[in-house]
Amino acid sequence: MKILALLSLAGAVLAAVLLSASADPAVRVAPMDAVGPRSMEPQTQSSVIRDYLLAWQTLDSALTQNRPELLDAVFVGKAKEKLAETIQEQQTIGIQSSYRPRSHDIKVVFYSPEGLSIQLLDEVDYDVSVSRNKQLLGSEHVRTRYVAVLSPAETRWKVRVFQGGTP
Amino acid sequence: MKKRTPSLCALPMLLALCLTQLAAAQAEFRFPATVEAGSEFSVATSGSGEASLYIVGPGEALERKVQLGEKISFGAEDLHNAGHYVAILIAGASSRSVQFDVAASSRPGALGFLAKPSRLAVNRENGISGVVYIFDTFGNLELSPRDVSFQLADAIGGAQLRNATSREGVAFVQMNSAPKAGAAHFQAAVDGVHATRVIEQVPGDPCSIRMTARPAAGQRVRLQTDPVRDCGGNPVPDGTIVSFTETYGGRVSTVDVPLKRGVAQTELPAENGAVISAAAGVVLGNEIRWSGR
Repeated sequence: MKILALLSLAGAVLAAVLLSASADPAVRVAPMDAVGPRSMEPQTQSSVIRDYLLAWQTLDSALTQNRPELLDAVFVGKAKEKLAETIQEQQTIGIQSSYRPRSHDIKVVFYSPEGLSIQLLDEVDYDVSVSRNKQLLGSEHVRTRYVAVLSPAETRWKVRVFQGGTP
Repeated sequence: MKKRTPSLCALPMLLALCLTQLAAAQAEFRFPATVEAGSEFSVATSGSGEASLYIVGPGEALERKVQLGEKISFGAEDLHNAGHYVAILIAGASSRSVQFDVAASSRPGALGFLAKPSRLAVNRENGISGVVYIFDTFGNLELSPRDVSFQLADAIGGAQLRNATSREGVAFVQMNSAPKAGAAHFQAAVDGVHATRVIEQVPGDPCSIRMTARPAAGQRVRLQTDPVRDCGGNPVPDGTIVSFTETYGGRVSTVDVPLKRGVAQTELPAENGAVISAAAGVVLGNEIRWSGR
């Protein structure tokens, strides 16, 4: 009986690991050697991508749980204001939405001369679903482009502009 | 367009509901692929009965009760955040969804203008950078190319002009600091919308130092520089350190003196044959061999 319970637990853990692994989006990042006008240090290259991807995870958590305070860690300025307003609207309507990326194709296009802003374009593939009281209202698979502008904060890059839509 | 119609019709007890569903299943709606932020537009629907419309994106979330078969009208204030949206129409137990974009308004409304540094020395090539992010009146980044003009006007009426075209909502320039010290006004403008920043241009390092010496009371020599200026003729700020050095009989004595009213002055022991020099930063001034006169 004990063995069965252990096996069952191990199976559950394995399933959780596989599930989380499969949930990770595929990420492709274009080389940043030619990004300008300021050249990007390797550490900046990796941290800006890490923080941008974290922004997507945070976006999903905040809009799924309707918790605007989650935005503070990774969003700032207009991006944070707009997302917080959306969460407020979702609360008023009584809905939740989730944004689960399948893949990101990221290209950094601008690093300002003084080092205070980085702009990137992301051809992103994601699933969006809208639900009310855990009942699915609708879902769509989306492929579109996002423009993001990030600026440095105390410990990480924060997203200042976050705007989707085909140009 | 995605259709989702649960197969409830298989259950005879739900025949009435099934009929409602069939009516709803005929519901159609078509959004334009792109609408401009803050614009009025309408969407035609087909079918009959009541339905709920949800429009959801990271930028906005709204719900509308709609009458199928009638137009759904959106006012200027309804959708003003640019982004990619999903519209879901729910009629009975069926739902349909479409996607559309809200694009930034074509009228610039504000500029995010970052000018750096706020203070720098005169005559620095490409020392000043200006970065402009162009937003519409709703705070959406304007992604279509725009002509941006930059002007750096210095304190004595000179001005540098540069033009740039924005890409993906951003434009930047680099400019030289002026030869003359003073506050410069750095302005960026796009279609009548402008933003200005003040750049303080301060004198650079001393260009040369000229010193004179004359006897003073108590067997001492009084040393004084001419007004110290940078290579553009701007007075170097008070407080800049000038070092006076006297070498005599193998001994070296140095006195550091801050500029006061543009000049530095001090007294050193008057030793016949002593060599006295003055320096500030990397600039060495004239040398004086003291002979008592």
